[in-house]
Amino acid sequence: MTQPMIEMRQVAKAFGSNAVLRGVDLDVAKGSSTVIIGGSGTGKSVALKCILGLIEPDTGEIRVDGKPVGQGDRDAFLSRFGMLFQGGALFDSLPVWQNVAFRLLRGSLARPKDEAREIAIEKLRRVGLKADVADRLPAELSGGMQKRVGLARAIAAEPEIIFFDEPTTGLDPIMSGVINDLIREIVVEMGATAMTITHDMTSVRAIADNVAMLHGGKIRWTGPVAEMDQSGDPYVEQFISGSAEGPIEAVR
Amino acid sequence: MTPASALGMIGRTSLGRLAALGRITRFAASTFSHMMRPPFYPREFLLALLQVGWLSLPVVALTAIFTGGALALQIYAGGARFNAEAVVPQIVAIGMVRELGPVLVGLMIAARVTSSIAAEIATMKVTEQIDALVTLSTNPMKYLVAPRVLAALITVPVLVGVGDIIGIMGGYVVATETLDFNAAAYLKNTVDFLELRDIVSSLVKGAAFGTIAALMGCYYGMQSGRGAQGVGQATKSSVEAAAVLILAANFVLTGVFFSL
Repeated sequence: MTQPMIEMRQVAKAFGSNAVLRGVDLDVAKGSSTVIIGGSGTGKSVALKCILGLIEPDTGEIRVDGKPVGQGDRDAFLSRFGMLFQGGALFDSLPVWQNVAFRLLRGSLARPKDEAREIAIEKLRRVGLKADVADRLPAELSGGMQKRVGLARAIAAEPEIIFFDEPTTGLDPIMSGVINDLIREIVVEMGATAMTITHDMTSVRAIADNVAMLHGGKIRWTGPVAEMDQSGDPYVEQFISGSAEGPIEAVR
Repeated sequence: MTPASALGMIGRTSLGRLAALGRITRFAASTFSHMMRPPFYPREFLLALLQVGWLSLPVVALTAIFTGGALALQIYAGGARFNAEAVVPQIVAIGMVRELGPVLVGLMIAARVTSSIAAEIATMKVTEQIDALVTLSTNPMKYLVAPRVLAALITVPVLVGVGDIIGIMGGYVVATETLDFNAAAYLKNTVDFLELRDIVSSLVKGAAFGTIAALMGCYYGMQSGRGAQGVGQATKSSVEAAAVLILAANFVLTGVFFSL
C-alpha cells in the first residue's frame, strides 16, 4: 500500500473542559480529494488546523508525506499547502492581486512584482474573474467573488495539498455549483491532495473521492463517496438525509 | 462574603494580574527579537510610520497648544499669589518638556494608535486573516507586530519633540498676547532655562510610551476573543493597559532622571 499524504493517528484536542477531538484516525491518499462531514462544532476545522500546525494537538501524531508535523523547516512545510478559509480571510488592506500573489511577493517563493501580478491575474482568470478585479479591494467584491479570490490565492503557488474550509457556505446554489466545479477541476488538473470541510451534501458529491464523517470527536465512518449512501451507519444516514430523527441529537 | 473567600478572591486576582504581566513581558521580548531578525517588511513599516507618526500630528499639535496656553495662565495666576508671575516662561518650558509633553502625547497615542492597532489586529484574528498569514508562511509577529512597534518607537519621540515645541509656543502666544510678556525676553528665558537633560528625558519618555502604546495594541489584538464583542473587549483593554502603563512608566522614568 502506498504511503498516505496525510496520516492522523489518535489525535486529541481539548479546549478547557471541551474535548473536541478524542482520537481521530484518518488517512488521506496522495492526489485524492477527501471531504470531512459532520455537524457544527464537531471539530472539523480544528482537525484541519492541527494538520497545518495552527493548533497543537494534546496527544496523537500527524504525519504529512511521512514526516511528523512540527519537525523541520516550517516555511518549507507550509509552502506545500494552500487553504481556502470559510470567510475568504482576504487581507482588507491589500488589493485583490496582492492577496492572490501574497506568497509570491515575499519569502522563499518570492518573484519579481510584475511576474507575481501576471500569475495572480492568470489565477483570477482560472477561477472565472476578469483582470479588472485585480486592483479592487476585497471589500468591493461580493461574497462569491471573495470566495473565488480566496480560491485563487490558495492555488497561486501551486501547492501539493489544498484545504477548503466550508467553501460554499453563504453562497447561493448557482454560485455553490460554480465553486464546487472549480474545486474539482483545479484539484484534478493540479494533481493536488485535497481536504474539504462541508455540511453541503451537493458539495460532497461534487468534490469528494472519499468521505469521512467526524462525530463525537472521532471518525465515525470513512469510505469512497460512491459507498456513502450504502454506508449502513445510522449517523451517516441521518446526516445525508438531514433528518431530525436519529442518533445525532438535533439540539447540541 | 467570608474573610477567607475575600482573601481567595484577592489572591486569584493578584495571580491573574501577575500571569498577564508575564505574558505581556514574553510578548514584548518576542517582539524585540523579531525586530532584529529577517525577514523585514519595509512596506508595513512605512505604512505604520505614516499611521503612527504623520497622521497623529494634528491631534498632538492641538493637545499641546491648548495645554501650553492653559499652563501659562495657571502659572501666571498661581505665581501672582507670591509675586512670581515672571517665572511663566521657565515653568511652561520645564512643565511641557519634562512632564506634560511626553505624557499627553503618550496618552493621545494610546487613544488614537493603540485602539486602532488593537481593533485592526483583533478583526484580522476574528476573520481568520491571522491564520491565513501563517498558512502563507508569514509570521504575524514579524508582519504585523514588529513594524508597528518599531514605527512607534521611532516616531513617538519625534511627536513628543513637536508637542513640546508647540506647547511652549502655546504658552508664548498666551503670555505675549494676553499677559503682556515681552516676546524676546520670553523666548530667551525659555531657551536659557532648559537643559539638555530635560530634552533627553522628554525624548526617552516618548520612545518608552510609544513602545508601550504599540505593544499593548498588538498584544490585546492578538489575544482577542471571538466576534464583535471580542474585538470591542480587546480594544478597550488595550487602551486601558496602555494608559496605565504609560503613567506608571512616567513615574519610574521621572524618578530615574531625577536621580541622575
